Amino acid sequence: MTDLWGLFLSAAFVDNMPLILFLGLCTFLALSKRTEAALGLGVAMTGVLGITVPLNHLIYSAVLAPGAWAWAGMPELDLSYLALIAFIGVIAAAVQVLEMILDRFFPQVHAAFGVFLPLLTVQCAILAGSLFMVERSYTLAESAVFGLGSGVGFAVAVVLLGAIRSRLAYADLPAGLRGLGIAFILAGLMSLGFASFAQMAATS
Amino acid sequence: MAGQSQYWRVLTEPLIRQNPVTLQILGICSALAVTTTLATALTMSVSLTVVLTLAAGLISTIRRHIPETIRLIVQIVIVASLVIVIDQILQAYFAEISRALSVYVGLITTNCLVLGRTEAYARHHTPLPAMVDAFGNGLGYSLVLIIIGGLRELFGKGELFGQEVLPLAEAGGWFTPLSLMLLAPSAFFLLGLLVWAVRVWRPDQAEAREHVPPGEMEAAE
Repeated sequence: MTDLWGLFLSAAFVDNMPLILFLGLCTFLALSKRTEAALGLGVAMTGVLGITVPLNHLIYSAVLAPGAWAWAGMPELDLSYLALIAFIGVIAAAVQVLEMILDRFFPQVHAAFGVFLPLLTVQCAILAGSLFMVERSYTLAESAVFGLGSGVGFAVAVVLLGAIRSRLAYADLPAGLRGLGIAFILAGLMSLGFASFAQMAATS
Repeated sequence: MAGQSQYWRVLTEPLIRQNPVTLQILGICSALAVTTTLATALTMSVSLTVVLTLAAGLISTIRRHIPETIRLIVQIVIVASLVIVIDQILQAYFAEISRALSVYVGLITTNCLVLGRTEAYARHHTPLPAMVDAFGNGLGYSLVLIIIGGLRELFGKGELFGQEVLPLAEAGGWFTPLSLMLLAPSAFFLLGLLVWAVRVWRPDQAEAREHVPPGEMEAAE
């Protein structure tokens, strides 16, 4: 139990997706101008990562992993090179289904962050969650926790950045630094802050 | 020749004026993650340029046969297949670099640069200009990666391509490595400063101010 909690914390803070691993930066920077949009994105990310990582784990271990077809008399069959296409397909389908479910049963939620859902199909952080799951060979429970933790970490980072940037809209910045430039510098400073979590994990 | 100069313009436009990383905010994730050394940055640049050019050529060739409604899925599948090929080649011939790049080669699939170019350009143009445009964008991306990768390796380790350039203090030289350069924050800072430098050089790229202070508004009137 404590292991899972540790994994959650490390996925959320020590290996923070946008700030430490540079994943999902395109949406991270594009949608962090306002706190509300950032919150919607963060919630959508958490939901999609929490669903797709365990789902991909099931598919990988049942169909693609080396030796998965041993029961059918084909123990040498190794389909793991197809993982990329399979994961993308699963993610696209999961996002589509999630959107339809939300639209049907929770229209308010869908209206609040529905616009971000289709974007998440091509979000590198989502795909990376599944790829890390394979690379680090997590179990099913671990991959669910890892997906949720990464999503929460992304949400925290994007909301923080959104809050700082909405304040900075009134600051008098040099012309060349406005917008993208300052967003990178801010992300760098936040990344320094999150790097200290790695120190805490190393000493504890 | 008019045709040739047009291709030249399509090719050189994305290098600085329309640079995919510093202006269009496309493909940043991989641009930062793989730049701790010049060798990984270069491998990533080459892989991305190859995938981008081939994907643009393929999608542009079959652009009239892709149904509008499922075009994104078709594009992603084409890109993913190309990425698998590149990944297998890297694993077979450059095992060490492939391990250093970890999952980021696979992430070329979802690199917004690839889908952005196929969606915005290759879908509406014949194969040759589409591939030229993709190649130009690949070069623009590579330029940024190589600059940042070079700076980080030079100041972080005093090396370029693993060869010693600045003599290290530990070995009797004068240079003390900045270990911050090898950590995540420095990549953000360097890219931020690079964006700033490009926009000072070309002021037309600067973004409009969201809010004009009252004092200046009166002065303008």
